[in-house]
Amino acid sequence: MLIDWFTVGAQAVNFIILVWLLKRYLYKPILDAVDARERRIAVELADADAKKAEAQRERDEFQHRNEEFDRQRAALIGRATDEANTERQRLLEEARSAANALSLKRQETLRNDAEQLNQAILRRTQQEVFAIARKALSDLAGASLEQRMVEVFAQKLGAIDAKVKQGLAQGLAASPEPALIRSVFDLPAEQRATIQQALNQTFSADVKVTFETAPDLVSGIELTTNGQKLAWSIADYLESLETRVGELLKAKAKPESKVEPESTTAAEPGGEVAPKATAKATSRPKEPQLESKSQ
Amino acid sequence: MRLSPDDIIFWQSGFIKLNGTIVFTWALMAVLAVGSKLVTRRLSMDLQRSRWQNLLEIIVTGIEKQIEDVGLAEPRTYIGFLGTLFLFVALATLCTVIPGYEPPTGSLSTTAALALSVLIAVPYFGIEQQGLRGYLKSYVEPTFIMLPFNIISELSRTLALAVRLFGNMMSGAMIIAILLTITPFLFPIVMSALGLLTGMVQAYIFSILAAVYIAAATSGRKSKAEPALDATK
Repeated sequence: MLIDWFTVGAQAVNFIILVWLLKRYLYKPILDAVDARERRIAVELADADAKKAEAQRERDEFQHRNEEFDRQRAALIGRATDEANTERQRLLEEARSAANALSLKRQETLRNDAEQLNQAILRRTQQEVFAIARKALSDLAGASLEQRMVEVFAQKLGAIDAKVKQGLAQGLAASPEPALIRSVFDLPAEQRATIQQALNQTFSADVKVTFETAPDLVSGIELTTNGQKLAWSIADYLESLETRVGELLKAKAKPESKVEPESTTAAEPGGEVAPKATAKATSRPKEPQLESKSQ
Repeated sequence: MRLSPDDIIFWQSGFIKLNGTIVFTWALMAVLAVGSKLVTRRLSMDLQRSRWQNLLEIIVTGIEKQIEDVGLAEPRTYIGFLGTLFLFVALATLCTVIPGYEPPTGSLSTTAALALSVLIAVPYFGIEQQGLRGYLKSYVEPTFIMLPFNIISELSRTLALAVRLFGNMMSGAMIIAILLTITPFLFPIVMSALGLLTGMVQAYIFSILAAVYIAAATSGRKSKAEPALDATK
C-alpha cells in the first residue's frame, strides 16, 4: 500500500505547524520590513518632492526678483541718462546764452569805446585842425587864424547869393534884438570891427551885433538872427574825417590793437600830419562854405 | 525496490511509527524555520540590508506577486498557506542534491496530506470570504444539475494534485536510481539536474493550482484557469 494513513496525518500536522512557523518567522517580519521600508521611501520621496517644489518656488521667486531688479536697474539707468542729457542741454544752453550775453556786452563795450574814441577824435581833430591852421597861417602868411577866419567870413558874407542875402536882411530887420556872432575864439576888437563893417556893407544898413565866445562850437564863426543862421564851418571836414575813421574802425574792429595806433596816428598833432590832412582834405567833395539854415 | 521514503522505518510502536518521510519532513521544517528565524532576527528597516534578507524578501514578495496575479485581491491572507506549500515542495526538491536524502514529496502519504490540506483550505477560505451560504451556492451554479459534477471535480482534483506531485517526485528519484545502476557517471547528473527543474515546476504548479482553487472559491464562481493548467501537465 502506497498510502500510510498515519504518515498522512502526521504530515498534515507537520504542514500546519510549518505554516504557523513560517508565518511567525518568515512572512510577517519580512513583509513588515518591506512595508516599513516602502513607507519610509514614500515619506522620503514625498519629502524630496516637497523640497523640490520648495526649491522650484524659491528659484521662481529668485528669478522673478532678478527680473524685477534688472527692470528697475534699466529704468534707473534710463532715467539717469535722460536727466544727464537734459542737464547737459541746459548747461549748454546756459553756456551759449552766457557766451551770447558776453559777446553782446563785448560788442556794446566795443561800440561804446568806438563812439567815445570817435568823439575824442572829433574833438581832438577839431583842436588839431585849428591848431594846424593857426600855426600854418602864422608861419606861412604871418596871419592869425582868427584874423584869417574873420577875413574869410567877411569875404564869404560879401559873396552870398541874393536870395540868402534877402532872407538874412529880412531877419535882421525884423529882429528887435541885435544879431549874435558866435565864435570859437575870443575875437579882438579889430576883427569885431571888420565883421561889423562887412555886415554893414553887405546889408547896407547899420547892423547891431553882439559877440559871444563858444569853445564847443564846431563852426568857426556863425551869425544868428531871428531864427536865421549863417555859419562858416569846418563841420564838413570833420564829418568826412569821422566817416573815414569810422570805416577804418569797422574794417579793423576785430584786431583792436591795430585800430589803436592808426587812430593815434591820425589824431597826432604836428607838422608831418598837416600835409597828410591837407591831402585828405583835397579829396573831399565839399569845400568849407558858408551855410544858411532856417531854424 | 523502495518506492517511497515511507518504507524507511526508524522506529515503530504499533500504529505509530517514525519513518523516513516524517524525519526528512522534520529536517526540512527545521531548515526553513531556523533559517527564517536566523535571518529575520536582525531585520533591517533601512535601505541597507543583508544578502540573506534580500533573498528572503525576493522570495516572499515574489510569492505575494504570484498570488496577486492569480486573482486573489488580498495575497497576505493566503501567503501563509500557499507560500508554505511552494517553499516546502521546492526545498524538498532542491535537497535531492544531497546524497542519502529522500524527498518527502516522493511519498504518496505526504502529497495526499498536502492535497487534503488544499481540499480543506478551499472551503475554509471560501466560507471565510463569502459566508457558508454563498460558498455552498457556488456548487449549484449555473444550475442545480451541476452539483454532483462540482463535488466530483472537487474530489478528483484533490486526487490529481496528490498523484501528480507524487508521480513526478517518485519517478525522478526512481529514474536516477535506475540510471545509477546502468550508467553510473555522467547521465545521472544530467537526470538529476532535470529532476531539479521538474521539481521546481511541480512546486510552482502545486501552489498555483491551490491558489486558483482558492480564488475560484472566494470569488464565487469557477475559474477557467484550472483546465488550462491541467492541460499543460
